[in-house]
Amino acid sequence: MTAITIELNGIRIAADVEPRLTLADFLRDRCGLTATHLGCEHGACGACTVVVEGQATRSCLWLAVMCDGRAVETLEGLRNDPLMDVLRRHFHECHALQCGFCTPGMLIMARDTLQRLRQPDAATVRQELSGQICRCTGYANIVKAIVAAGEELAMAGAAAP
Amino acid sequence: MKAAPFDYVRPKSVAEASVALGRKGIVTAAVAGGQSLLPMLNLRVALIDLLVDISRLDDLKAVTRTPDSVWIGALTTHAAIEDGKVPDMFGGLMRRIAGQISYRAVRNHGTIGGSIALADPAADWPGCLLALNASLRIVGRNGVRVESVADFLRGLYETTLQAGDIIMGFDIPAPQAPLRWGFAKVARKSGTFANSIAIVTAESRDGPVSVVLGAAGPRPIVLPEVAKEVRAGRSPDDLQATIAAELDLHASDADAYQRRMHTATILRAVRDMQAQ
Repeated sequence: MTAITIELNGIRIAADVEPRLTLADFLRDRCGLTATHLGCEHGACGACTVVVEGQATRSCLWLAVMCDGRAVETLEGLRNDPLMDVLRRHFHECHALQCGFCTPGMLIMARDTLQRLRQPDAATVRQELSGQICRCTGYANIVKAIVAAGEELAMAGAAAP
Repeated sequence: MKAAPFDYVRPKSVAEASVALGRKGIVTAAVAGGQSLLPMLNLRVALIDLLVDISRLDDLKAVTRTPDSVWIGALTTHAAIEDGKVPDMFGGLMRRIAGQISYRAVRNHGTIGGSIALADPAADWPGCLLALNASLRIVGRNGVRVESVADFLRGLYETTLQAGDIIMGFDIPAPQAPLRWGFAKVARKSGTFANSIAIVTAESRDGPVSVVLGAAGPRPIVLPEVAKEVRAGRSPDDLQATIAAELDLHASDADAYQRRMHTATILRAVRDMQAQ
């Protein structure tokens, strides 16, 4: 067992973990944060995407021990994030989910995409989402939602004094 | 899909990390971004006794530029290169390569040193660094050594790395004239390892040309005869015979489909370069 301290969603937590425990399993099984979904557990599906040190990453490809002393944010921690608020509303309005399994990862990558690229077009969004798998084949509406959120944010930015 | 048990250490210095990695009688592995190693551990393709976390060693993070070369520390992420945070002496080639590796969520923490250490012949950096004549600095139990990427890549997942060795980073010489380059890749899905990958570089209009083909053998292949013809100004349509001859020589295992694919990526990369 290794003692770790993580700043999880803004709160410092301490835990003893086995070195082989992934961040994903740590979040779900030890912290009860089940917004992070586990699909493939080898980096292919993107459902477990979280934010480590400000950057979107697969939590199945991080060990909890490697996060010692680092900041981790999950979807739960982004509840009051203004950008996530806009994205969530557009996901709702565009019917951008069916079963919802991929949605947490989609939302985290969508936020990452809008932070970097501001107002991406549909082709860019598709490229950026190509590491996120949706098995309900709901991509069309997911892309629509993210493009719409980007447009709204750009309009709001242009209208701001 | 859960890794088998192993121990974990996070040394404070490169020297300490080298000692931990060189421990006798056990299987050790270094982890930097972990974006290739973690899937292998999760799938139990890789089985280790000790994981040595080198991800916070500042000595592996430096990025510096001199008039003659650029130094890229092994811990530099694909995303940092994609975002232009590394000095670009190569006309945008490295940014282009970095930006299409796997997915952004992987590029954010995956490192160039890790990619080279793994030595997957279908990966992007081995071919690119080969085309750019890069060399590596490696720290090991017997001190520091410098090796060309060409010498370092021995075969399928095989390099000159010995137990206790750590890649410090890459020294890439500046081209003598502005670099023109072409890049083409065939992958069945975005983000997967390539089925064929070609990189062509040329120093100005009539300077030295380099043609490198990846995913066609146990290590990236240099095609000097094709390069010579490209430098002589031969049009892509007239390169087919030379490409075929060099594929016979270096990629004799390729079947008819793979040969067509490799020929296509080489020609696309040549056209891409010539269009610059």
